[in-house]
Formats: sequence, structure tokens, C-alpha cells
Amino acid sequence: MPDFDLTLPDPTIPGFEVDRYELRERPAYSFVPDRRDFLKLLGGGLVVLLALQSPAEAQESGGGARRGGPGGQATPQDIGAWLHIAESGLITVYTGKVEMGQNIRTSLAQAVAEELRTSPGRIELVMGDTMLTPFDIGTVGSMTTPIMAPQLHKVAAAAREMLLDLAAQQFQAGRATLTLADGQIVNPATGKSLTFGELTKGRKLTRTITADAQVTPATEWKIAGHDLHKVNARSIVTGKERYTSDLKLPGMLYGRVVRPAAFNATLASLETKQADQLPGVLTVHDGNFVGVACDDSAKLDQAAAAVKADWKAPAQTNSRELFAHLKSRAAKAADWQPDPSGDVHVEATYQVPYIAHTPLEPRAAVANWEGDHLTVWTGTQRPFGVRTELAQAFGLPEDKIRVIVPPTGSGYGGKHTGECAVEAARLAKAAGKPVKLQWTREDEFTWAYFRPAGVIDVRGSARKDGAITSWQFHNYNSGNAAIRSPYNIPNQIAEFHATDSPLRQGSYRGLAASANHFARESHMDELARAAGMEPAAFRLKNAADPRLRAVIEAATERFRWGRAKSRRGQGFGMMAGFDKGGYVSACIELTVLNGKVRIDRIVQSFECGAIVNPDQLKNQIAGGTIMGIGGALFEAVEFENGRILNPRLSKYRVPRFSDLPEIDIVLVDRKDLPSAGAGETPIVAVAPAVANAIFDATGKRLRSLPLKLDA
Amino acid sequence: MDLVVNGVRHSIRNGPARPLLAVLRDELDLTGTKYGCGEGQCGACTVLLDGAPVRSCLTPAKAAEGKQITTIEGLESNGQLHPVQQAFLDADALQCGYCTAGMIMSSVGLLKKNPNPAEPEIRSGLQGNLCRCGTYPRIVQAVRMAAQNNGGRHA
Repeated sequence: MPDFDLTLPDPTIPGFEVDRYELRERPAYSFVPDRRDFLKLLGGGLVVLLALQSPAEAQESGGGARRGGPGGQATPQDIGAWLHIAESGLITVYTGKVEMGQNIRTSLAQAVAEELRTSPGRIELVMGDTMLTPFDIGTVGSMTTPIMAPQLHKVAAAAREMLLDLAAQQFQAGRATLTLADGQIVNPATGKSLTFGELTKGRKLTRTITADAQVTPATEWKIAGHDLHKVNARSIVTGKERYTSDLKLPGMLYGRVVRPAAFNATLASLETKQADQLPGVLTVHDGNFVGVACDDSAKLDQAAAAVKADWKAPAQTNSRELFAHLKSRAAKAADWQPDPSGDVHVEATYQVPYIAHTPLEPRAAVANWEGDHLTVWTGTQRPFGVRTELAQAFGLPEDKIRVIVPPTGSGYGGKHTGECAVEAARLAKAAGKPVKLQWTREDEFTWAYFRPAGVIDVRGSARKDGAITSWQFHNYNSGNAAIRSPYNIPNQIAEFHATDSPLRQGSYRGLAASANHFARESHMDELARAAGMEPAAFRLKNAADPRLRAVIEAATERFRWGRAKSRRGQGFGMMAGFDKGGYVSACIELTVLNGKVRIDRIVQSFECGAIVNPDQLKNQIAGGTIMGIGGALFEAVEFENGRILNPRLSKYRVPRFSDLPEIDIVLVDRKDLPSAGAGETPIVAVAPAVANAIFDATGKRLRSLPLKLDA
Repeated sequence: MDLVVNGVRHSIRNGPARPLLAVLRDELDLTGTKYGCGEGQCGACTVLLDGAPVRSCLTPAKAAEGKQITTIEGLESNGQLHPVQQAFLDADALQCGYCTAGMIMSSVGLLKKNPNPAEPEIRSGLQGNLCRCGTYPRIVQAVRMAAQNNGGRHA
């Protein structure tokens, strides 16, 4: 049951390779308030708006020509971001992106502070609010850093130039003689200074700029490109940060959805009498939706249990038959080509199960109706997409709906959709009061969506000297991201095969790049051994891209790759790869004892162009790597006949403190290259390097995730 | 029923079966303590009862009667962060921040029992707390920093 747009990457957008499961179509219409109305609300001061130009920018922020739609004319959607400097001196940036722990609230503030030569602490970011911020396709695909950050550099740089013009007028001095520091402009000749606020006083200046604004080159960055702690960290460590699940409105009720017994079930009969008699409990029934709302969250278990619902569900497959199911339902079988030019030939099949995002904050939403106007606070990566879902669910025009994204307890690609928002709004509509719905952990494990499972068949051939002669790679269901090998291979076929997914699936941190790297880099090891070559030398032999070579060399050097094993059960493994603008290589040391794998050390080198915040980059890389340990060694969603069998943290193992290896990160900073995102790609490194190290330790080649040795 | 939370006595409205987590969050609006799993597996709901860390999702409010309950909101004193909070700030030991309150409360409890834990003791002391963002290395570092700053001797 595909819930996602299956459009393939658009070849008309150069350099913008979006994964198959990333939601990427913007809605046909967007009824944002006219931006002139919005600008009235801002009061005096200076406003800079960025008009989008390039197709990639427009795609990301939803502007530009929509295929088959009325493209070309200037609409509010053509604005990527805007910045306001108030008469009080307060600097506010408006962006449709959201913060879920990936730290863009800080890194985007750094971009603006850099251009305005001021402190990031002076900059307020209004993020992910459909009434206040520009349309945005979503915080997806590691696109904030390569696309939104440069846009904010541009608007802030344009604001800086406007302020310099104003100051030159007021000081009656040449622009070039003025200096800008710490929120004010100084005329060194007279010693006089004016703050940004004073410069704009009594006026309202608006400018729309295009993409060619003069920004500070990365080599001259003083604030961007440097370490900076999270701007909202104090509010988090004191417990004051309000996530969606922490919000409280006057008169608010607490909600719970009474879930079907299985996927694809329909309601056969319903008895709510007993629940209705509980004091302060309201039951809601609409088609297949059944829910309760109470004045006390502690009553929710009792109220939901008192609802007697019978569901009818069709027979459905199970996780033991998953891989056969995916292969057998593919529309088209692989078309294998012979390769007579290779000396060694290796073929193998790799398997990747469904895994769950398991964000520590399960989905939550607070819905409030005022007449036919609906406001929903919810932790989503796609506030504008959720607004569309709400509009469709309630038959409302989008201008009657406002979606606000509070701080969110992470997403990892798992919070693109709006079902929790829709459910909260349905309960609130029935109750005539605001309702907060926080999904239970079991809801989150069952009724969200999963990282796609996949089967990957690979055939590779190489000459005795280690040169790969052909590479054939067929991926069933995982997706397209990083499906092509980055090595220099004369004959390469890499195909994605759509099939029937028994479970609801969608985006995930790194998404298909994890499955494709696991299969490819495992197979690279198998082929290296068949050719009688050492794995790092084999990769370097076939790597022509200098950026790929650089990360391999950085990781192997730091790891001291090639040294002899020093104890029983020890194994070394490595990998290299590329996705979403980032190059990665990892070397892993582990120990296998009594069939148990313990990862001792991971060295990971990473290059994503010009680094925007080295300390936070390391935090993201370490985090992605640790999350990757779960997918490599523990995680798999088990299911049978429309039910999830392990929907609890006591049954679904995620990485804990005891799993923590020594992690050594080597950053390769390329100030000459545009910055790419880093929240996703580091996760792809773990599984293949661990599989290769397990082989090194035991001689057993594991080709199915999670990697488990028979005890 | 009365509960003493962060040194303040509160009159709690109903039943003894209510979990402490619901009382803290919904009745007292102390939302720094989070729901993560409801089965004591993630540690996001950790608070201190007479200085010892407990999972408030599995603790009936009744069991906290007559005890000193400390939540994340009660660690700061006179605008001064607790050394463990300060260490989490200094080590930047957080990403999305949803686990942070539970991590800090478990760490405060750990340092009370063992003011100078070795790294393996920190790991096993925090084994019941999950950080899905994988900030574990920095959290270990933060607890070590807090120990050096006498974090264990603070209330």
C-alpha cells in the first residue's frame, strides 16, 4: 500500500537527486496570505525577501514552475525566505524549515550573523509556521545546508548592504569608509555609530532580491564555519523547552485513538456505551476512526479499553516471508548481462528488513478549532504538507488552517506525514474543545511508517589486477538513493525494482543509501577477496573520484589500516561511499566472542564541502553512526497478519550506552566547495563495515541485516 | 493527597493509581519530564525520589507521598544551573533534547551515589536511558565534567 508519491527523480533538475520515497511534489495551490498583508503585520524596519531563481531552489521551497501547472508568474511561493530588522534592532528570519535536533536553528543563525557581522544570539528564527513562514517542501533530504543556508546568506548580505547605504546617507560619508560590527555601523572618521534599529527608525524599507547577492566566501567566514553551541540549549537543560507534547491550552482534553486490530481492517461493530458512562470521557466515531477524549490523561487507558470494537481484516503476509514476497511481486525481473572480460565473478543477495525511526518523542499534535478555523501544533518535518492533509481531511480551504511546528523530539525522516494532526483535529472537532493527542510508543511503532525493506541482487566481475570490469545491481523495494556505484566501472547497471510492500513505508535518515551501501560495500569486499586483493587497495584501485580517494585515505591512515590482528575474535572492516553531497569512509574494529559482536572502534572520515559548524558536524556524524549500529546489529520490525509483533522498546532493541564504541571522526574540510548536509550520510557507513569486519574475524559472510551470527 | 515537588507542597486532585508522570506533566505543568515509552525502558521520565532516580511513568503518585520529588525544573537554584546541567551545556551533550531531562536526572542520581564514577560506571549507570540521536559520547563526557565540578555534592 504505497502512501507516498512514487515519482522518479526529475531529470530536469540538475544535481537534485531526490530519493524515490521523499515527498517532493508541492501542492497544486497554496493559499498563503498575500505577502503584502503579512508585511503590514511586521511594523517598521527593514525587510529583505529572496525571490527564487534556480530550479533546484524553487523545487526545494516550492516555487517556480510546477510541471503541468500554472508556472512562471510571481506568486508568494516564489519567496524562499525573508528577514526583518525591526526598529528595536531585533533581527528575525522566517523559514519554513523545522528543528528536530539536527541543529539548523543554530547553523542558520550563524549564516545570518556572518553576513550581518553580529552575534548569532541576536537572531531570532521563526521556523515551520504555515501562517508566518514561506512555503517549504519540507525538512527532508539533507537540503537545509546546501539550499536554505545559502539563501539566508543572500538575504542577510542584502540587508547588510541596505544598512550600509542608510548609514552612508546619515553620516554623509562614503560607504567604503564605514565599518560594521556587533549590530552597529561605525563611522571611524568621526567615531559616531548607529545601531541597526536606529538606522531603520521611522521607515519601512522592503527589498526583494534575487540569487546574485554578494555573500561572504567560506574562506573568510568568522561565525559560520566555526563551533557554536546550540542556541536553545539552556532552555533544554532546564526543562523549559516546550515540545508539542508539552503544550497546554485552556480547557484542553487529552485524546487516544482506538486502533484497529490489524492493518487494512474495517470496523465491523462498535459498542461505546460503557466508555460513554465514564465521567469526563467522550467517545468519537467517524467511519473507521474511533477515539476517546478525556479531561485527565491518566484515564485514557481505561477509556480506550472500555470501547468495544470488532474489526475485520484480510489475511496478510509476515516478516519470515518478506524477502520472497518482495522478489515475487516485482513488476519486472532483472535482466542479467554476461561479462566474459572478468577473471573473477561474484554474485550474492543482500537483505534489509523494515526498521522503525523510533523518535524518542512519539508523534503528537494539539488541535484547536475556532469556528471553521483550525490551528494544529505538531512535530512534523512538513508543516505545509500536513496543512494540505488537514485541508483534504476536513474539506477546508488551506487558508483556514494554520500548522505550527514546536521544537520536536527528533524525526529522522519519520515525521513527514500528518495522521496524528488529523486525528487530533477530528477529536477536537467532536469535543468542541482543544485536544492534545500524543501517540503511545506502541502507536508510533505500528501506525507510523517504516524504512523500506529490500532485497538486493549483485553481480560483480574483476580482472586479476583488481580492476572491476562490470557491476550489476538490482534493488527490490529499498529505493534509488546511492544506487549507482561511485567507483570507476566501465559496465554498470543499477536498477530499482518497484514491488508490493506489505507494510507502510517512507522516508528515513539516509533511506535507501543505507541498503545500497550495505550491499555494494559488502560485495566490494567479496570481490576484492575473490581477486586476491586487500580491501582498501581494491577500493583505491577502482576509485577515480579524488574526493572518494581522499576520504578513504583519511580513514585508513587514522585507523592504521593494514596492521596485524592482536587478539582472538578481532576483525577489521572498511567501506567507502557517497550520497547527498557527502563522501564517507569508515574503518571498524570489532570483537566476536561466543557469537556476540562488540564494536570496539569506528574511524569515520567525512567530507561535505565547506564545513559550517565543525563541532555540531561531529555531533551529527557520531549520532548517525550510533543510530547505524542499531540497523547493523539489532533492529528489525517483526510482523504477522497485519500486526507488528515487537512494537515496544522492550522488544525492539535500539543502541544504548553499552553499545558505544570509541568513535574517531576525521573531518575533511573543503572550503572551496559548497556545503552539503550531514545529518544523513554518516549512517550508511556502519552496516557494511561491520559485515566486512565480522567476515574478517570469523570467515562468515553475513548478507542479511541485522547481522547475527548463529550462537 | 499532598506531594512535595521541588520543595513545594501541592495538593493533588485524584486517585492513587495515577502515574506520577501524569500528575507532574498535566496537573502541575512540569513538562520537562517526558513520556517516551510507558514501560520504564527509555528513561525520559526519570525524576528523583528522595534523591534516587525512578521512572515516573511506572511510579504511582501514591508511592511518592511523603517523599521529596525532584524534577528537572527543580535543579536550578537562585538562577544557578546544577553542575550536571552546566556540564550538559558545556559539552553540548544534546541534539533534539527530548531525552536530556531524563539523562540529567539519572546522572544527578548516579553522582549522588558515586561522586567520581569511572567511564564504565557512567555507562552502566545510564544504561536505562535512551538517546535516539546518539549523543552518548558527549553525555559520558558531560557526566565526567560534572563529577570534576563536584556535581555529586549538590542537592
